Amino acid sequence: MAETARSFYDLKYIDTLSSLDSPVHRIDARAKLLTTGVFIVCAVSFPKHEISALIPYFLYPAVIVPAARIPARYLMERAAFLLPFAVLIGIFNPFYDREVVMSVSGIPISGGVLSFVSILLRFVLTILAALILMASTGFPGICSGLEKLKIPRVFSVQLMMLHRYLFVLASEAVRMARARQLRSFGGRGTGIATYGSLIGHLLLRTLNRARRIHTAMLSRGFHGEFHQGRPFRMRLSDAAFTAAWCSAFITFRFVDLPQAVGRIIMGAGS
Amino acid sequence: MSHHIVEVRNLTHTYPDGTTAIKDMSIRITHGESVALVGANGAGKSTLLLHLNGYLTPGSGTVRIGDYPLTKETLREARRTVGMIFQDADDQLFMPTIYEDVAFGPHNLGLPREEVEKRVNDALSRMGIEHLKKRPPYHLSAGEKRRAAIATVLSMTPDILVLDEPTTGLDPRGRRQIISLLREFTHTKIIATHDLDLVLDLCTRTIVLHEGRIRADGQTGAIFSDLDLLDECCLEKPLSMQGCPLCGRQR
Repeated sequence: MAETARSFYDLKYIDTLSSLDSPVHRIDARAKLLTTGVFIVCAVSFPKHEISALIPYFLYPAVIVPAARIPARYLMERAAFLLPFAVLIGIFNPFYDREVVMSVSGIPISGGVLSFVSILLRFVLTILAALILMASTGFPGICSGLEKLKIPRVFSVQLMMLHRYLFVLASEAVRMARARQLRSFGGRGTGIATYGSLIGHLLLRTLNRARRIHTAMLSRGFHGEFHQGRPFRMRLSDAAFTAAWCSAFITFRFVDLPQAVGRIIMGAGS
Repeated sequence: MSHHIVEVRNLTHTYPDGTTAIKDMSIRITHGESVALVGANGAGKSTLLLHLNGYLTPGSGTVRIGDYPLTKETLREARRTVGMIFQDADDQLFMPTIYEDVAFGPHNLGLPREEVEKRVNDALSRMGIEHLKKRPPYHLSAGEKRRAAIATVLSMTPDILVLDEPTTGLDPRGRRQIISLLREFTHTKIIATHDLDLVLDLCTRTIVLHEGRIRADGQTGAIFSDLDLLDECCLEKPLSMQGCPLCGRQR
């Protein structure tokens, strides 16, 4: 259960990062959202055996992470923490797909191994892009950015409330789990039956809280509309940021740069 | 001014599960009064408070805020007039930053942006928390959250403040700060609490609820001197009215 507490404090940490100031933090949320979206779509849309063409995409985190003053170590840890999921998805590929597609200095490499590595690379890239967006924009920023991009307000408000009460709910869950752990000896009482009851209580508490929040909103004249305080201004530099990165991503998608570079070097050598 | 009056007449409320939380209750609170609602857990304090801003509708009887009975048509005005501060500040602070939270009410009242800004800054400085403006609520301490919650209501310039347990979960200094801030307010105040020393500090009048009815209503000093009454309603003398625990000397 210590794991629950850990991931909870982790969320708070990424929130703290997003309240810092840097050139990346100051970029309009919409610009960053669009850039991240194009990045992810480009990275995941390659054919399954692609590896070399994915490499140039690491340029984006390599530039943005230092510029946004996000501790690289933290990002690595997060990506490593989530890596098992990607491993699980791709682990059987080398067994199913044994057809040798290439060989590197005499060692035959099967299509399965290639696609496995490709999955891992894409996974790391998308996770990095998402974490960078979170750490440099903050959740409320992302929500209002989405809203300005004409995502229905219901969704952005839902997301915002979800994020706000995630902390409250998580600390409640952590407290309940701790209370259970302190009274269950030798693993007794940690079974699925008490787990069900614990979750049930959490749900009831959540419903009660939702009701109280609604009362609080009504008492302050809420009638179905949220006003976002910060005015959004898309500056020229924001547009330039999106345009430059997106065209880079799209170029990387259609031109295999590492191979092209390789060919040039080989051509020069011969 | 007559419009700061709160009047409850023959109010009865039964929850859908059949429990009658309030039975035939009548109260009249006039302009500028500071009134405490005390009573055991489940005596009906919270249910009564939820009627004062129209969240619950009376089973029978009426609630009047100012010069109007509380109905669907007057609900909006009543909710501006009566500022409700809830027991759990987390329920009241739901926006991404404190600033936006304090601006939530004024925005909903449809005020222009400059006016909203002015009111938010006034409310924040009144509660001494301007420096917390840009912080998200979950990073604050309980005392800061409580002050922020009060600011969210002050920004709507209510005439009547209704507070549910304003001092629970605060450290002694935080509690003292809240009491001093509340003392400066000239609003009509209705405070539901178990903190009887706070009542002694802030409220001239005390209403004792017992099992959904008004058991006593009068001067705070007189109420807290009636030991039989206090005992019957699961209450005790405020600590500051009890003898010294070391030497037994009475004040």
